[in-house]
Amino acid sequence: MAEIQLKALAHSYSDTPTGPDDYAIRQLDHVWHKGGAYALLGPSGCGKSTMLNIISGLIQPSEGEVLFDGKRVNELSPRDRNIAQVFQFPVIYDSMTVYENLAFPLKNNKVPASRIKVRVQEIAEVLEIEDKLHKKARNLTADEKQKVSMGRGLVREDVSAILFDEPLTVIDPQLKWKLRRKLKQIHEQFDITMVYVTHDQLEASTFADRIAVMYDGQVVQFGTPTELFEAPNHTFVGYFIGSPGMNIVEVERCSDGVCFGSTVLPLESWQVDILKRMTSGNLKIGIRPEFIEISPIASDDTYEANVQDIEDLGTYKIVTVQLGEQELKVRQNEEFEASIDSPVHLSFPKQWLMLYVDEFLVQEQQ
Amino acid sequence: MDKIPDNRAWWLVLPVFLLVAFSALIPLMTVVNYSVQDIFGPGQAYYVGAEWFKEVLADERLQDSLIRQFVFSGFVLLIQIPLGIGVALMMPKSGIKGSLCLILIAIPLLIPWNVVGTIWQIFARGDIGLFGWGINQLGIDYNYTGDTLDAWLTVLLMDVWHWTPLVALLCYSGLRAIPEAFYQAAEIDRASKWAVFRYIQLPRLKSVLIIAVLLRFMDSFMIYIEPFVLTGGGPGSSTTFLSQTLTTMAIGQFDLGRAAAFSLIYFLIVLLISWLFFTAITHADKEK
Repeated sequence: MAEIQLKALAHSYSDTPTGPDDYAIRQLDHVWHKGGAYALLGPSGCGKSTMLNIISGLIQPSEGEVLFDGKRVNELSPRDRNIAQVFQFPVIYDSMTVYENLAFPLKNNKVPASRIKVRVQEIAEVLEIEDKLHKKARNLTADEKQKVSMGRGLVREDVSAILFDEPLTVIDPQLKWKLRRKLKQIHEQFDITMVYVTHDQLEASTFADRIAVMYDGQVVQFGTPTELFEAPNHTFVGYFIGSPGMNIVEVERCSDGVCFGSTVLPLESWQVDILKRMTSGNLKIGIRPEFIEISPIASDDTYEANVQDIEDLGTYKIVTVQLGEQELKVRQNEEFEASIDSPVHLSFPKQWLMLYVDEFLVQEQQ
Repeated sequence: MDKIPDNRAWWLVLPVFLLVAFSALIPLMTVVNYSVQDIFGPGQAYYVGAEWFKEVLADERLQDSLIRQFVFSGFVLLIQIPLGIGVALMMPKSGIKGSLCLILIAIPLLIPWNVVGTIWQIFARGDIGLFGWGINQLGIDYNYTGDTLDAWLTVLLMDVWHWTPLVALLCYSGLRAIPEAFYQAAEIDRASKWAVFRYIQLPRLKSVLIIAVLLRFMDSFMIYIEPFVLTGGGPGSSTTFLSQTLTTMAIGQFDLGRAAAFSLIYFLIVLLISWLFFTAITHADKEK
């Protein structure tokens, strides 16, 4: 087990990178603490697999350092880093049986035969493949193959960390949920550092204690699922986490707040203070659909908007409203009723209005 | 959809039947025809039954060259298959170096058989051939025209030089088809180089190796021109392989009956061994 630290890391697949666009990972500092269960969340192509392969040593970073417990490991191969990794698509040794597949990493590590037997049995039970141990691995279904693939990652006891690269892509949804719980249990039981790459926020939040959201080659926020939801550090996090994502509105400076179109939004005084000191014109306001309130009657701090559309998602409704030129999504419970094109009155609780300057959240300074 | 039984549909098989007949059955039947009759000339044919077959099987000259042929093909496979795999493993994976390597390795394959024989006939001569001269300079008495062992080694070396590239190219294509993820997983699992070869590369080379073994067996079992040009079958008859014996019998002695009988036996041996190889390899690790 180890603490994994990434220092000023950058990676480009091109030999002669000319601009930031050539980089899959841009200037990144990050620490994965010992024994944590982490998720690395981001859209396809944001650099998360690259980061994982840099940690495991399959890729040499072009710049920066990878430290395991403070020791530089850039030059070490995966075998010397002693790290386990599970890939997106099953990789099995198809001339071997399931048992031999699971025993393979242990055998390579010169684990005594008696211990291998116990360990393989243990992992096979966790993954519920103990009845298939003596089957040839090539005759398994895709699900089972992926379980074997995962098993080979989990079977080693002394690893620095286990990295999962979207391991449940090929697994059907029912089993997905179960295996995710299994991984969590294994983490609690063995206390191994685990990093789980995914583009599915639900998968990330069920597995991990803390989630790193990656966007465009950078980690834009590292926090608990609640933090990511309540205070997205970057407009991308707001948009990516939650369904639907955060309402993000381009705004301009106004007295005591910001405005868009003819709508003026007053802000907290500390937000206004910070805003006065900033020069950037790239201002955005974000508010989660969950936090916008709708009331049938107007009052001093409500804004009149028009109902555009109501989607009934079974347990809640997503209401699309038009406020001036701006479309907003509002989440309401099942009881909400309104006819299309009818006026409603919105209010925006100040504590949920997030101000973004140059895409990053403006936070209150203590 | 209802199926309508109509025997006229059998006519649809006719094109395939004709094709097979012209490509295989009719030429083969002429040989069968000669193998069971004694034919002196037009209209003078006498049915002799299995007589030719009995004679041929008892012929010591043919038995000797059959044994020689098996030994030769055995060595060819034992040397060329592992060597070909080895060469393929050492070749650069991609880029200009890889392409260059491919071209260089493929050169012997582009040389016509009789030219290969001629090249080695000169190359291995002790007086004017670089190879033969070089060996002699090392103090080793080497003379492929006089010494049986030297003649054998030269024929084998020539065949290895000519045909190992084929095995290497087949294996190279097989190796390139292995996804990178397998090597990555092996690296993560801390597999040794040998384990990578044994559990990833070799199992995934199986299908190309079947082709390589079959091709090399059939080709080497039917080898004719190269040793004929190089040694002429000598010294004595020590490098006279089956097809040369057969040719001498059919064209030199015009012994068509026996030659035909022997051709059929020859054909059946090639067929049988190829089938055995194929079945043995494909059934080697069936589901337990």
